[in-house]
Amino acid sequence: MHAEALLQFDAAERRYGAPGAKGGEVIAVGGVSCEVARGSFVALVGASGSGKSTLLKMVNTLVEPSGGRVLFGGEDVTSLKPSALRRRVGYVFQGIGLFPHFTVGENIAIGPRLAGETLAPQRIGELLRLVELEPNMASRMPDELSGGQRQRVGVARALAGDPELLLMDEPFGALDPVTRDALGERVRELHEELGLTTIMVTHDMAEALLLADRVMVMDAGHLVADQTPASLLAGDGGDVAQSLVAVPRDQATKLAKMEKSLTPKDDA
Amino acid sequence: MSGFWEILWTLGDKLTAHIVLAASAIALGLVVALPLAVWAARSPNVARLSLGFASLVQTIPALALLALFFPILLSLRAVFGEDLPTLGFLPALLALALYALLPILRNAVTAQVNLDPGVLEAADGVGMTGWQKLILVEAPLSAPFIMAGIRTASVWTIGAATLSTTIGQPSLGDPIFAGLQTQNWNLVLAGCFASAALALVVDALLGVIERGLAQRKRWQYGAGLGAAALGILAAVVVQFGDDWFAPERKEGELGPIIIGSKQFSESYILSELIAQRLRDAGFEVVNRTGLGSGVLHGSVAASSVDISVDYTGTVWTNELRRSDNPGRDAVFETIVEWERANTGIRVLGRLGFENAYAFAMRRDRAAELGVTSLEDIARVAPRLTVGGDPEFFERPEWISVRDTYGIEFGRTRNFSPTFMFNALRSGEADAISAYSTDGRLAADTYFLLEDPREALPSYDAMLMLSPRISQNAEVIAALEPLVGAISPEAMREANFAVDREDEAKISPKQAADRLAQTIAD
Repeated sequence: MHAEALLQFDAAERRYGAPGAKGGEVIAVGGVSCEVARGSFVALVGASGSGKSTLLKMVNTLVEPSGGRVLFGGEDVTSLKPSALRRRVGYVFQGIGLFPHFTVGENIAIGPRLAGETLAPQRIGELLRLVELEPNMASRMPDELSGGQRQRVGVARALAGDPELLLMDEPFGALDPVTRDALGERVRELHEELGLTTIMVTHDMAEALLLADRVMVMDAGHLVADQTPASLLAGDGGDVAQSLVAVPRDQATKLAKMEKSLTPKDDA
Repeated sequence: MSGFWEILWTLGDKLTAHIVLAASAIALGLVVALPLAVWAARSPNVARLSLGFASLVQTIPALALLALFFPILLSLRAVFGEDLPTLGFLPALLALALYALLPILRNAVTAQVNLDPGVLEAADGVGMTGWQKLILVEAPLSAPFIMAGIRTASVWTIGAATLSTTIGQPSLGDPIFAGLQTQNWNLVLAGCFASAALALVVDALLGVIERGLAQRKRWQYGAGLGAAALGILAAVVVQFGDDWFAPERKEGELGPIIIGSKQFSESYILSELIAQRLRDAGFEVVNRTGLGSGVLHGSVAASSVDISVDYTGTVWTNELRRSDNPGRDAVFETIVEWERANTGIRVLGRLGFENAYAFAMRRDRAAELGVTSLEDIARVAPRLTVGGDPEFFERPEWISVRDTYGIEFGRTRNFSPTFMFNALRSGEADAISAYSTDGRLAADTYFLLEDPREALPSYDAMLMLSPRISQNAEVIAALEPLVGAISPEAMREANFAVDREDEAKISPKQAADRLAQTIAD
């Protein structure tokens, strides 16, 4: 498991406001230590306000740690130039965040463009195909696309710079269930095909269990569980993790019961 | 008089001057407002301060703002040297740019504050530096809103630019102000029509650009910007083309002589008269019409204007700050000496007439009452109604008359200057305050009450020369024949010919021709 750590959190911490200040001190992330091995697909799960998004943003310094360190490939992320760091780290946003005044192609090519490179149309087409879109979509404007198509473009943009690490912040939150499922599957496939290291923030434990090979659970700024999906399903990881696992499990049980009660009628 | 359409066709140079001025003011406004807006969007304090300042500027009437730049620039000469222009393009540009600031600033700040935070986070997330984020994301997304601000600013500026006439900058305000003074409504209409048409065209053009930016149609905003640039370029070429191809002026050459006039018919006529004489003597002459009184005196002292006609009473109260009355000649002598010692202005002499405050009555009514002077009227005043313009009964001139002759009118009524003589004719007033060279006094119906105790200060017209030309023998030789040459009757006739509203109405230029004829005879 500890093949090679691409990412290390070393007592990483993020506090807002001073202890005496109005509203008091808010601890978004309170000292998280863990490692993420190269090639792993990690799901970061927790309720709203548990600090999972903040922890993710500390990796590409959209949020700067107020204490501790985050090491990327052995280097402290705050010591790297933000623009250089963010080109090595693909980032898929909760709100998709396509630039409305750029075409799909321009959106995908923005990372390399900032680095002074031009992305060839063939490469843009290739990236679009990776996320199962037609290459001729490159000339469209974002507002002509559906929500699912837009998030596919968002993924293609994150992959354009050949990143070592892919960060996804609730990437499928705004999508309908069918699109969500399909895109989730596709991302997992891409993770394998391209040999990525992926960290995905989600509040949906079912999604985490189905896509990731490691699930970290956060609660009130602290890491409370770090398990494989199998061990979580087996009941490990403590109360907070199990209460999150209970939701999809109960749903599945209820659905199974409903199906069972329908079966005799169908047979009849 | 020439009709509306004919006048409109002669406004070409005013139009181009107007366009160049308004476009420059908007450009300067943009140069200041955009960086300020970027800063303000990042600092609430800067936003509060800059928007507060811009709003404060808006509350100053445009006319006052324009006039304020004269003393400001005059004092700045201590820093930038004597060549700093205090009249004309520079102050107009600065005042209008300040005026244009608010709509541009407000829209730019609002646009930036309301940008989608998700898109801004995405810009950071893909690795943009602050500068790249500004250029690639914030600027293009704010552009339609900023354009809307520029549109508002442009319409305001084009409207307010007509007022720059009062500080000696040619614009479409020239025909408006000249027309208002000489009651030539075609002139006023033509000026208003031209500036309104310009504002509408610009608004429509900028609207095309704004919609093009909002809908991200490059050809649309590109074409709009191109058309705007072409229009401005054309105006610049028409405006300055002659200068570029003209031979360079030699060192030590005098250059054009600038004649300033105030905002009434008499002043227009006299400046035309002076211009004709100088042209005949071979000088190049520029007329700056419609200047404010205080601005005009200051400009002559600063040599931004070379020649003006001013009045002893005006200079006595406004410049010497005196309120006593040592007598007509003493006042004049004192002014000549004061100007020489304090401003360097050379008072060449008196033209021969006064344009003083006086009291006018209908001839038949005066005969009925047996009144010929202010002394006489004091006896019957309690039975009479006197009319004056709204500020007259507060002025030192009235207080002096009242106290000297002990006049107590039964009733005082306020009329706007335009309706004063109507009130006299209809009998709503028995006597009115008037200016002694008012053209309407040329008619036999009215006459002026005498002032035997000299309670009313004198307002002798004087020829003022700027320090720049005060020793120029040729200029003096050309103008000296005017000294003492214009009688009150001749001036009244000329004013009447310009102010009348029937077929016999003539332009100030024609009136100046006639006046020159009278002098020659």
